[in-house]
Amino acid sequence: MNLQVLLDGVVEGSLIALGAAGVTLTYGTLRFGNFAHGELVSVGAYWALLVAGAIGALLPGSLVTPEGFTATPALLIGLLAGAVLTGLVAVMIDNLVYRPLRDRGAAMAVSMASFGVSMAMRAALEVGFSARPRYYSDELSIAWDLGFARIAPDRVLVWALSMLIFMAVALYLTRSRTGREMRAVGENRQLAEVVGIDVRRVLRMTWLIGGGLAGAAGVGIGLLVQVRPSMGAEVLLPMFAAAIVGGLGSLRGALLGGLLIGWGEAVAVAYVGAEWRAAVSLTLLVVVLLVRPTGLFGRRE
Amino acid sequence: MSSLNLSGWISYAASFGTLVLVQSLACLGLNLQWGQTGLFNVGVAGIVAIGAYASAILTTAAVAGHIGGYGWPVVLGAVAAMGFAAGVSALIGVLTLRLRTDYLAITTFGVAVVVDLIARNVEPLTGGSLGIGFIPRPFESVELSPDGFVRLTFVWMAVVVFGVYVVLQRLTASPWGRVLRALREDEKAIAALGKSPTRYRLQAFALGGALMGLAGAMQAHTLGFIAPENFTSALTFQIWAMLIIGGSGNHRGALLGSLLVSFLWSATGLLAATVLPADLQARGAALRIVMIGVLLAAAILWRPRGLLGEEVTVSSHLDER
Repeated sequence: MNLQVLLDGVVEGSLIALGAAGVTLTYGTLRFGNFAHGELVSVGAYWALLVAGAIGALLPGSLVTPEGFTATPALLIGLLAGAVLTGLVAVMIDNLVYRPLRDRGAAMAVSMASFGVSMAMRAALEVGFSARPRYYSDELSIAWDLGFARIAPDRVLVWALSMLIFMAVALYLTRSRTGREMRAVGENRQLAEVVGIDVRRVLRMTWLIGGGLAGAAGVGIGLLVQVRPSMGAEVLLPMFAAAIVGGLGSLRGALLGGLLIGWGEAVAVAYVGAEWRAAVSLTLLVVVLLVRPTGLFGRRE
Repeated sequence: MSSLNLSGWISYAASFGTLVLVQSLACLGLNLQWGQTGLFNVGVAGIVAIGAYASAILTTAAVAGHIGGYGWPVVLGAVAAMGFAAGVSALIGVLTLRLRTDYLAITTFGVAVVVDLIARNVEPLTGGSLGIGFIPRPFESVELSPDGFVRLTFVWMAVVVFGVYVVLQRLTASPWGRVLRALREDEKAIAALGKSPTRYRLQAFALGGALMGLAGAMQAHTLGFIAPENFTSALTFQIWAMLIIGGSGNHRGALLGSLLVSFLWSATGLLAATVLPADLQARGAALRIVMIGVLLAAAILWRPRGLLGEEVTVSSHLDER
């Protein structure tokens, strides 16, 4: 196996893992596949574009970008702001659409409504920003030569930041009281209510974190590729597939699933052709459904 | 616009009506899957595309360097289209229907993505992004004025849709249809009666898929050309909006929804084309999708039964309400 391909896959895989962690979190707590998760990715990318643009306009030239990187310090602030604001957007959508349906007990209608929300959000982004691709920077991130492979400084940064965010969130979800309460609500909502867990607050936190992870992934994709209204819809299948391959509800699974899909895509791009990369997700998904439907770390229902 | 006379308007209405009829076939298929059986298919456009390409590849004349071009008669092409679409649907069903409900939705979504990839990239088979042209249209050999041809196309499409409607009405009023609806409401009760939930779901999913395949074939044979752009997720979304707004679980609701959503779609498109300046056209198109999306969400929230709700049927032999 070519080391370059392996290295390329790790970076994309870490971004897919961030998105898959959001999918797995909302699925684990609310038990529905959110088809608008991809649009949260796009929303995060556009928030960062707006915030970084505003900072750049207010403080021109006062922030220095280290040699080789195109990600400005303003964009890093944009990443933070983008993640938080996307989380809030997710909470708002839940309040407006999903919660009224959940309260009515229309479980399947929630998934369906999320499909409508997804189309409407993508189109709304297109109305607001047009379909024209945007870039965080006009500069090129020139690759470092490591001897065995080459990697652009931006890609190293994206990988390091996504792993940092992933680990921080994983630590919070496994160690904190809120994390435990989320799992309790996912197990059995009525029982969780009976023991005094504030379910509304737990669900708010679920959307805040799940949406935030999607938003952060969007900034990473925006930096490495470009910012477009359809960018999120294109990674929805890889994110879903990674969550299922790893096992729905499992954070470790989301990380490993993301890496596997990332590697698979890198191999497809290198040896089959870039246009076939989207087929990797379905292939891996089908294999897992055939061999081990609970995924690598999932539990039987 | 003003130069159009009455006859011109009739022809315009006929070509619009043909489009509605084609899409209503897919909507009837979705009604069987979701409305009757509660199966969530997010890849409608992919299954419709399989039908359209299958029939187009089988019925067109041979072209050098291309796979296909067998010159089959249209009827055989349409039957094959239904077979292919039902086959792929059945495969998806076999893979996912035993598992969690969300697996079906995600897999149909993935299949639609891959069908789109194949349509765009396997040029010898699908013509790539240019698609397939010169697809035979029924009655093309008959000596007719262009207006007469458009109207004749509408008439034979109406006959096809009416036939499908009658068959579906009988099928869903039969004991088989009752099992589907009971399955939708309470799976355990049906399993307790000794009926296999997976088998009935598989049948409904494959049959619904066959109707979507037929819709694709009819699109190919009424328009005469197909391209990947006709089968994006926007199509899936439109079909869903038609079913939910018209009335899920009711075949007449599916037909009414097809007419209403298509009308809204075309009318707002016409409005955007005449009102908006050229540089805002693309955004206007996106705004239409937002509008339908909001309409869909509003329908789910405030009128979940749609315009024509599902009728309570116990048995067609009983006069109960």
